[in-house]
Amino acid sequence: MLKLSRYVLYDILRNKIIIAYTLFLLLVSLSMFRMEENGSKAMLSLLNIVLIVLPLVSLVFTTIHYYNSYEFIELMLSQPLSRTRILLSEYAGVCVSLLSSFWIGVGLPVLLYAPDATGFALLFTGTSLTIVFTSIAFLAAVRSRDKARGIGFALLLWFYFALIYDGLVLLTLFAFSDYPMEKFTLLLSALNPIDLGRIYIMLKMDISALMGYTGALYKDFFGSGSGVLFTAGIMALWGIVPLWLALRSFKRKDM
Amino acid sequence: MIHIEAVYKKFRRLQVLENISARFTAGQVIALIGPNGSGKTTLIKSILGMVRPDKGTIRVKDQLVTGDPEYRQFIGYMPQIGRYPDNMKVGQLFEMMKKIRGIDSLDTDLLTGFEIEKIYEKPMRTLSGGTRQKVSAALAFLFDPPILILDEPTAGLDPLSSEILKEKIIQEKKKNKLILITSHVLSDLEELTSHIMYLQEGKLQFIIDLESLQEETGEIKLSKAIAKLMRGQETSSAWIDQLFAVEQNKENPQ
Repeated sequence: MLKLSRYVLYDILRNKIIIAYTLFLLLVSLSMFRMEENGSKAMLSLLNIVLIVLPLVSLVFTTIHYYNSYEFIELMLSQPLSRTRILLSEYAGVCVSLLSSFWIGVGLPVLLYAPDATGFALLFTGTSLTIVFTSIAFLAAVRSRDKARGIGFALLLWFYFALIYDGLVLLTLFAFSDYPMEKFTLLLSALNPIDLGRIYIMLKMDISALMGYTGALYKDFFGSGSGVLFTAGIMALWGIVPLWLALRSFKRKDM
Repeated sequence: MIHIEAVYKKFRRLQVLENISARFTAGQVIALIGPNGSGKTTLIKSILGMVRPDKGTIRVKDQLVTGDPEYRQFIGYMPQIGRYPDNMKVGQLFEMMKKIRGIDSLDTDLLTGFEIEKIYEKPMRTLSGGTRQKVSAALAFLFDPPILILDEPTAGLDPLSSEILKEKIIQEKKKNKLILITSHVLSDLEELTSHIMYLQEGKLQFIIDLESLQEETGEIKLSKAIAKLMRGQETSSAWIDQLFAVEQNKENPQ
């Protein structure tokens, strides 16, 4: 498998969009850390960028890349290679290049300016989100043959996870505010990788005290070992399940 | 070497392949012809395992194409449109292919014929359509496979390169290989083919060897012979008429 993904990676690493993305992340992180006096304040601003920009770029770049490589994938299919291997190689190539952008753009500055628990939580979240949204984008791209529809669907998913979902959660909480909802909100957070990442980092910062009883409960849960396992497990599921579904429909697909 | 048995394929409501059966053996050069949308490319893609037939089976060297992908090491495929990763260099593409196939004995005739080694350092995105075709052709022949599948090989090539490719195909034919070609340019096929397979609207109209075709119709020229046969069969011959007219114009330009 490495044979193929090495060349896919080699191709993407010289892609202008990936280079621009890396520089953008690097510029933003450095300026955040340089401008804010308070380290945790800088971290909070950086967190918001990571949670919004990372999923968006992963989704859009991956779908566009898939459609651009369509003929190349066809050519690979005419070689003695299994479909599973071809798709996983493509996935590995895209994923590793997006991850290296993130590690250079955000990882390096964080290690330089804030190498503490919050910093590592941010890196963990960013890494997971990149993997998760690359998987989701592969699913969207493999499922729809039409380029415009595939990219549109990927964007819709981003809107849902980054913006609409929070609104829905607020609405639910508001409607049922008379009932104890703490455990339920915990469940809700697992249904959106972006939210899960946000909560995970917020609780590593010392602002959870501001969130009242729910915050305390969260802190209790996410601060414990099982909380870390829970976060990692759910993130892993979010990465594996869409990729598995994409693989399944890729194997049956007519090119 | 290739065994096609009662293959059906439907895309949504469109029946692209309908009850296609054929048997190709080594030493044959089969010209797959038919109007646009007649199912030629779909048939080729079915042989390569890119399209899964709804019904029927295809075997290459007695291996089912829906099973193990290993059978594809016997096939060299030149697609209609070759697009490669933008930033990949030509040399890297060949290097990658060699690693995938893991074969050391290479046929570099086309590599030298098309002077591809000179552009090894160029990224794929800077190549013109014709040059990309040359790269595709060189790749198809590179591993000296016993089966060659060429989808519109001469489309987009300049006359000189097209001639080089044709020479190469004739050479491979002599090596007792099975070659499958689709093309709209009948005059290109004339010197190459041993058999004609004609598809229309997903149905196999006829498959016939060149001698019988010439004997049956009394025509030596491929385009005329086919035109005659088509009229005899009373199938829609508008396409072949058109083609015939073009070929005639070429012969006596006024």
